[in-house]
Amino acid sequence: MQGYLSLWDEYGGQMLSAFWGNLQLTFWAAIGSLVLGTILALMRISPVPSFRAFGTSYVNIFRNTPLTIIMTFGVLVLFGVFKVQFSSDFNLNFFQIAIVGLTIYHSAFVCEAIRSGVNTVPLGQAEAARAIGLSFMPAARLVILPQAFRGAIAPLGNVLIALIKNTTVAVAGSVAEISGLMKTMLEFRADVGILIFLTIAVFFVIVVIPVGLLTTYLSKKLAVAR
Amino acid sequence: MKVSESVLFDAPGPKARRRVVIVNIIGVLIALALVYYLYKVMNDAGQLTAEKWAVFGKGSIWENYLIPGLLNTLRAAAVAIVTSMVFGFIFGIGRLSTNKVINWISSVVVEFFRAVPVLLMMIFLWIILARSGIVAPSDAPFVAVVVGLTLYNGSVVAELIRSGVFGLPKGQREAGIAIGLTRGQSLRNIEIPQALIAMLPALIGQFVVILKDSALGYIINFNELLFNGKLIGTGNANVLQALVVVAAIFILINFGLSKLATVVAGRLSSRGISAGKPLDPAVPVVVADLNTTVPGGNPKG
Repeated sequence: MQGYLSLWDEYGGQMLSAFWGNLQLTFWAAIGSLVLGTILALMRISPVPSFRAFGTSYVNIFRNTPLTIIMTFGVLVLFGVFKVQFSSDFNLNFFQIAIVGLTIYHSAFVCEAIRSGVNTVPLGQAEAARAIGLSFMPAARLVILPQAFRGAIAPLGNVLIALIKNTTVAVAGSVAEISGLMKTMLEFRADVGILIFLTIAVFFVIVVIPVGLLTTYLSKKLAVAR
Repeated sequence: MKVSESVLFDAPGPKARRRVVIVNIIGVLIALALVYYLYKVMNDAGQLTAEKWAVFGKGSIWENYLIPGLLNTLRAAAVAIVTSMVFGFIFGIGRLSTNKVINWISSVVVEFFRAVPVLLMMIFLWIILARSGIVAPSDAPFVAVVVGLTLYNGSVVAELIRSGVFGLPKGQREAGIAIGLTRGQSLRNIEIPQALIAMLPALIGQFVVILKDSALGYIINFNELLFNGKLIGTGNANVLQALVVVAAIFILINFGLSKLATVVAGRLSSRGISAGKPLDPAVPVVVADLNTTVPGGNPKG
């Protein structure tokens, strides 16, 4: 107990600020991948063959690449070889490169989540919309997309949860975040190793479980009765 | 894919077809411009010179780095697949148990390990195992990778088994009980075998996740494919090329596995078995509520 309390004295502030870094990564990457993922999903469901081919290749490439490679690529190639500088501040630059990496990776999953939402809409809905005289935009806006969005809530929630956890991989991109800090803490305070792990694990449980419950609740509440 | 196309877009008429062709040409031009831009950037940085790529034609690079790395990756993934199946079985059955205590313990274990990042578990296990001397320090990264992957993916498998059983028609269990089996016997002999077959595509999809996540071992100095690839890159001043080759190997294997999952799913649905596709195979599933979708045949009467 004594050891654990002194752990908080020593590392409490650092732990919170490192975890705050993970949350910030989550926030920016979530926005980025929602935008990019939606564009990709639109490309994949469009009737234009070249757009579809692009969307499909993107998803197949990045969904099957380990995130660790993307993060390593960011720091060793984007920064190391091409000298990409989003910011003159060294740490901020790695942070922003990590956001780009997380966005590129998770966009593929967001795209698939949105597409699976569109796939939950039965064909009859579109046929009925056309039958009552709605043209493309009104049919999409009033009939199909509202249902597709509801169907996409649960898979999008899963992607968000995966993203929260995957921000720890940013340690491979030289970002100061919680898993790197945990490694340092374990090296210096091996006596309370299990407590260190459990404390940081609980940080994630506290964030991840409510997100899971919320998306489950929303997807149930907004589910389209069929 | 067919479905989503036709939901949003009616079959195009002559005018729309012409428009599609025009937009398509614009799309191809944009793609070509992108490819050219990439080529120019890489060429200007001297990344396309033959010497940077030629090392991968040498047998020694494959013999000393890529093949041993790939073997280590596959070894870790293979062991983790087996152990997560075992873990998943134990806790999946635990979550289906009618015993309150077993059920509660299994639920806590499964929810906890699904909510904690795999990398945290790996780093923790790696340092603790190496320090305590439970395993030889040289084996610590391998063991940490396998155990970390097992705890997370085993929990996902447990959820798959649970949702698979929930997705079965109620009549299966009722029939089992009617012929005098206990609840547990009917679970083991009737429900889980069917659930497993129905969840096979999702299980294969989870193997993709295991293989991909084994690359996290790079961070804890496990000499798997990415780790060795980086060694090549720093040794020959061709990090970009090395990472591209490593990524291509991962993509090929994972793409093959994903295709296998699709083929299996197609086979199963042609046999009339459907898991209702409750999960996207490759999305790492966490607190997804798997039993809301009531997949497959709803009991009707």
